Amino acid sequence: MSNSMVFRYDVDGDDFTLAGEISSKVKKRLKQLGLPPETIRKVAIAMYEAEINMVIHANGGTITVEVSPETIHIIFADRGPGIPDIDKAMEEGFSTASHEVRELGFGAGMGLPNIKKNSDKMTIDTKVGEGTTIELWMEVC
Amino acid sequence: MKLSEIASALELKPIAGADGMNREVNGCYIGDLMSLAMSNLEEGNLWITIQTNLNVIAVSALKEAGGVILADAMTPDANAAEKADEEEIPVFSSPLSAYQLAKRLAELGL
Repeated sequence: MSNSMVFRYDVDGDDFTLAGEISSKVKKRLKQLGLPPETIRKVAIAMYEAEINMVIHANGGTITVEVSPETIHIIFADRGPGIPDIDKAMEEGFSTASHEVRELGFGAGMGLPNIKKNSDKMTIDTKVGEGTTIELWMEVC
Repeated sequence: MKLSEIASALELKPIAGADGMNREVNGCYIGDLMSLAMSNLEEGNLWITIQTNLNVIAVSALKEAGGVILADAMTPDANAAEKADEEEIPVFSSPLSAYQLAKRLAELGL
């Protein structure tokens, strides 16, 4: 795609002090680019959930955001434990978060459902013991 | 309604993010789970919670909340207060419960 911009970020694992930092950076960029508020809202929600998942479950990873005039394509790649049962993980309310993490207000089991709800297309490629790659596409509306 | 008016009517203790104090707020969300707040908190809402960690500010900033009231006399973690200053998200503490705070906000007409 000729007209697209690509931003790449590293997510630190287990560092809650940086939680939401990348989502916030991307949101600011999309605002500067003049994207519609509804698109930005969806990206912010999906990115925050995926970023938190990377910190909680996967010891970090990378996020690549590709912005074109029609579509936002986001790739979350980690080398975490993988998801043994994707259907189960997609169920609202199902969570494998630790007690410690739940006390911070996470582990509601809404992460993946929220990501799906706020994207136009979502794919999950995961292998237990190797990692997970989630790709999202949002149409610029 | 102006946030500063609400703060003085409810005797909220300002803790951080004073630069955002002149903001208008348009409603209220109550909850302690980040995913639900991320979905349900709307731009310009006051968020009442008992969570005190940095993520409250991260979610507030992403959703452009009007401000945060920590109920039951909770106070923010030091790094959360710092982040609130940086993001200009006003954070208050109140000895009242979330229910009592919501009742008072409704009485004020929010």
